[in-house]
Amino acid sequence: MSSDTSFLLGIEDLTVSFDGFKAVDSLNLYIEKNELRVIIGPNGAGKTTVLDMICGKTRPTEGSVKFFNRELVGLSEHEIVRAGVGRKFQTPSIYENLTVLENLEVSFPKGRSVLGCIAFNRTAEVTERIQKVAEEIFLTDQLDVEGAHLSHGQKQWLEIGMLLMQEPKLLMLDEPVAGMSPAEREQTAQLLKRITQGRSIIIIEHDMEFVSRIADKVTVLHLGKILAEGTMEEIRHHPKVIEVYLGH
Amino acid sequence: MNTLYNRFIGGKSGLTKLLVLAVILLVVLPLTMSVFRLNLVGKYLTFGFVALGLVMLWGKAGVLSLGQGVFFGLGGYCMAMFLKLEASDPISTKIQSTPGIPDFMDWNQLKALPAFWVPFKHLPISLIAVLVVPSILAFVIGTAMFKRRVGGVYFAIITQALALILSLGIDGNQGWTGGRNGITDLRTMWGWDIRSQSAQYILYFVTCLLLIVSILGLQWLLSGKLGKLLPAMREREDRVRFSGYDVSMFKVFTFCLAAALSGIGGALFVLQVGFISPSLVGIIPSIEMVIFAAVGGRASLYGAIYGTLIVNAGKSLFSESFPQLWLFFMGGLFIAVVVFFPDGLAGVVDSAGKKLTRWFSEKKSGVPPGVSLDDAMLASTAKPEKS
Repeated sequence: MSSDTSFLLGIEDLTVSFDGFKAVDSLNLYIEKNELRVIIGPNGAGKTTVLDMICGKTRPTEGSVKFFNRELVGLSEHEIVRAGVGRKFQTPSIYENLTVLENLEVSFPKGRSVLGCIAFNRTAEVTERIQKVAEEIFLTDQLDVEGAHLSHGQKQWLEIGMLLMQEPKLLMLDEPVAGMSPAEREQTAQLLKRITQGRSIIIIEHDMEFVSRIADKVTVLHLGKILAEGTMEEIRHHPKVIEVYLGH
Repeated sequence: MNTLYNRFIGGKSGLTKLLVLAVILLVVLPLTMSVFRLNLVGKYLTFGFVALGLVMLWGKAGVLSLGQGVFFGLGGYCMAMFLKLEASDPISTKIQSTPGIPDFMDWNQLKALPAFWVPFKHLPISLIAVLVVPSILAFVIGTAMFKRRVGGVYFAIITQALALILSLGIDGNQGWTGGRNGITDLRTMWGWDIRSQSAQYILYFVTCLLLIVSILGLQWLLSGKLGKLLPAMREREDRVRFSGYDVSMFKVFTFCLAAALSGIGGALFVLQVGFISPSLVGIIPSIEMVIFAAVGGRASLYGAIYGTLIVNAGKSLFSESFPQLWLFFMGGLFIAVVVFFPDGLAGVVDSAGKKLTRWFSEKKSGVPPGVSLDDAMLASTAKPEKS
């Protein structure tokens, strides 16, 4: 099973316990290439913790995370990013004191070593990519605006844009539409559909209506374990899911 | 070419700042001050190098070190060791029981030069050591701390401990280091008498020029991606990691850079003042240097220089009349600056400059001063009778 190369991401027996409490318990999860997977579940189900372990923020107690058959457990955050995993946090984390342009520039995947950073120049290639990504995230007119002055929704988009600059093969988004207006949600749904091309995405989301609009496949987590997995339609009618989650 | 110029100088406002500082240091002070006072300014300016390092490390990258005196001292000791060896030739030390070694070694019954002193017989090696020795120590400590993600207050305390260890270590090994008295009685560098009046002038100008070159070099660094990444690291260290950067290596680099700058300052201090002692390495000078940067504006390169000059001038004037009160005054100054002017002098000047240009532009457009342009325009469109 673990030697299967068709998966982009293979999570096996992933467990983490905080002072004896197992936040994630023997989780097995496989993400295929070009898949858009949504993880849902009640508060405390361990959704964010799973992402934390994939991207190296939290060290798992047991288990493995294989990305293109490369073990990610034990690597540091920047190594995992360089391997091709991008992460968007729940609260928008952008550089508030930098402009949109600079935010995107800093995220460009070149000049990441100290010397490379000193020698880094804003070449035509960089400017072109920044323009392209800015267009994608609806911020072309805000390039010179400081991050702090963006609206909440725009900050969310900017963070997605920063990830796109990195050209990750796996994109992990933690509640990307939280706090957005209905119009912004609509735009974000289109944005996500568009950027799935050529990469896989894991999204944590609470908004069921939004989930049903974007998801290929949904995984329901409950108490650190997988409760159900399937299409949104299957999940909606799954008796256990209705009991613990949707029924509320 | 044009962009290179812009990166070093920092555009029009950068040019103004550069010219003002250059005129003050290179023209006004030398013309108005006695060589004694000028030498004093030269001494203060050597602390300016440390303050520049702190701007990078603390102001930009957000890493507070309370042990920069260590690197200042190491640079100073590297320089002093060379000068001491040159002053201890066998002829001028022939009354010692072992001629040819520094006098304090002879007093401590040393029979031969310790091995770590031998490279300092050569000026080029000593000058390289001024930069490299502080950098290596910073690299070792920085790597050990930042890789383990030790930061903030803990890092500050550890650097403080380092300052204590080094000053006690120098103090306690009199035979090797000259102990509490330090290394004194330094005379010539490659035969050039550093105590003469002309040498004092030359060294003052060398200090000023090196300081200006350092500022321009740092401006070049900060005008590139590093200038965005360091503040980004200060504000959101986690995010920088998840943008694929090894944050610890950037901190190590900045720490080494600050250490090397401090080393230059220490070497120039020794050349101008003629001695070095552990009292310049310890906790108190290290904290004083942080105060220089804080008063000048911890994120402003030019501000750090003015902060250093002003605090030191104040120290000299004040401590001549009220020696006991000086330290309290300095502590009070530090607290006041941090609480009321977190951006220091540079912040005050910047906001005053902005107000002034606004006032001028209003005057030009015929709007009475004190009323902002927006208010005036609003008033004239909404209530014409009022304007």
